[in-house]
Amino acid sequence: MIHARGLSRTFTQKRGRPPVEAVRGLDLDMEAGTLLAFLGPNGAGKSTTLRMLTTLLPPTYGTATVAGCDIAADPDGVRRRIGYVSQKNSASDSHRVRDEMVAQGKAYGMTRARARERADELLDRLELRELADRTPTTLSGGQRRRVDIALGLVHAPELLFLDEPSTGLDPHSRAEIWEFILRLREENGMTLFLTTHYLEEADDMAERVVIVDRGRTIADGTPDRLKADLASDRIELALRDEADAARAAEVADRFAPSSAPSSSPPSPSMASALPVPVANADTAMPEVLTAMEEAGVKVTAARGVRPTLDDVFLALTGRSLTEEEPAE
Amino acid sequence: MSTTTTAARPSAPPSASPVPRFVRDVATVFTREITPSVREPLGPLFTLGQPLLLLFFFGPLLGTVGAGGDQGSWQWFVPGVLVMLALFGPMMAGYTLLMELLGGAMERMLVSPLNRTAMLIGRALKEFALLLAQSVLIVLLAVPLGFELYPLGLLAGLLLLAVFGVGLGSLSFLLAMKAAPSGELFYGVTQLAVFPLMLLSGVLLPMDFGPGWLQAVALVNPVAHIADAMRTLFAGSFTDPSIAWGALSAAVVAALGLIFGTRAMRRGVGV
Repeated sequence: MIHARGLSRTFTQKRGRPPVEAVRGLDLDMEAGTLLAFLGPNGAGKSTTLRMLTTLLPPTYGTATVAGCDIAADPDGVRRRIGYVSQKNSASDSHRVRDEMVAQGKAYGMTRARARERADELLDRLELRELADRTPTTLSGGQRRRVDIALGLVHAPELLFLDEPSTGLDPHSRAEIWEFILRLREENGMTLFLTTHYLEEADDMAERVVIVDRGRTIADGTPDRLKADLASDRIELALRDEADAARAAEVADRFAPSSAPSSSPPSPSMASALPVPVANADTAMPEVLTAMEEAGVKVTAARGVRPTLDDVFLALTGRSLTEEEPAE
Repeated sequence: MSTTTTAARPSAPPSASPVPRFVRDVATVFTREITPSVREPLGPLFTLGQPLLLLFFFGPLLGTVGAGGDQGSWQWFVPGVLVMLALFGPMMAGYTLLMELLGGAMERMLVSPLNRTAMLIGRALKEFALLLAQSVLIVLLAVPLGFELYPLGLLAGLLLLAVFGVGLGSLSFLLAMKAAPSGELFYGVTQLAVFPLMLLSGVLLPMDFGPGWLQAVALVNPVAHIADAMRTLFAGSFTDPSIAWGALSAAVVAALGLIFGTRAMRRGVGV
């Protein structure tokens, strides 16, 4: 569905400042039917990549075919086959929801009658029927998001790009949006390419995760594969006596699986906890506790922690994926 | 590639309709743009407020100062009010585009297969239609005051005005695209341009009343030529050279707006 080779985009800046290489030689192959999550910190090149794949921005170097069409030679073919739901609101504030959807259908070559029929169909499916004659200014965040998604689906695209579909929504609306996305996907067999900065969403929903940093792909695989390869389970221990820390660390080293990253940070809730990387937190727990006791280390609390995609990013870059995200 | 999933899909086939795609795209954009004005006609009516105030509260004063000579002040003033309308409306036309650029609506349309040139032409045509409708309304309101109708001249004058409106509207769109994402350029330039263009066009008082240097400056103002041409046409005359100058001014503004506007639209808008 997507084949990109050496995709690069450099932005020139004014007043002799050095050019910014937003995307540097990105390769990507995506099968039809996949749900792919595209992750990375702010400024990693996610949006620029998305804009190139959706024909909004020509690449400086490199090529890509999207839904079978070359983005440079046949942007029109790409546009007919893909849907795009940007981070911003797709519906104009001065237009009624239904009017926008009909206009969108006509933009994709439908007749007026067909565009109306399709608009009503989607309004029903996304539970927007009662809001059809209102302008987006009067809608809630979750409702607006549903309108955006409906607009992206008008022409039943094979491939839908979703840029941060759940950002800025309350947990209830987030869950609701995901329910719609997954249901639509199941009904239509759509291929989904999405960016998100809710890592747990990517972890739960995506079949494939691609992590980019500084304009390059740094990891690519199923969430489970990535976590198994690049991060490990760990047991976090709270010690009664700080003086035991050195001895406890020595004991902990004996359990370290060979693939474990050298430094995993403790969870925020156990700030002073000692992390013990292990292959499997459940089975290692009794052994670790016994070993600590034998070494004379007094443990006041212990818990097993599964790795997250953030641990994967941390293992790869030494930075946290979330720390560069601005508070919203 | 991906042939397995595309088979059963009603995915937008190439147009089979006899209407060329470009014309259809222009119609799609035009319809989308005009729909809010049809749904909420109060908006376009508000734009008429200022010209109407001038017509009723300023126009009657002109008779006493002798503007318009023996043709009478209404014959002189009504075309001026229409020119003002054509300045205020289309010049701010870029505002809606700017708002859609700052939101995501424009980006959404740029990802659709809509023809880029049609995106600008459709919007410009909306300005054309709106301006014509507003002008007709003003003319009808002016008739009871003593404005005399010369149908052919009126038609030609309105057409001239609408061509100018398309050009100015397109320039406004161009400005909006250049101003994104901050928008400051748009507000700055429109605020800066609208008053000199209006004052130096002799819309409110005849430029003949002014000193020589002011008349010289007005010579380079296309709006002044359009106002002169409109006055001649609205008086039922088709022979005065001012008509040629006005037509030329309107054509130049329209050509510049459409050429640079569509070029900017085709290049894509960097938001």
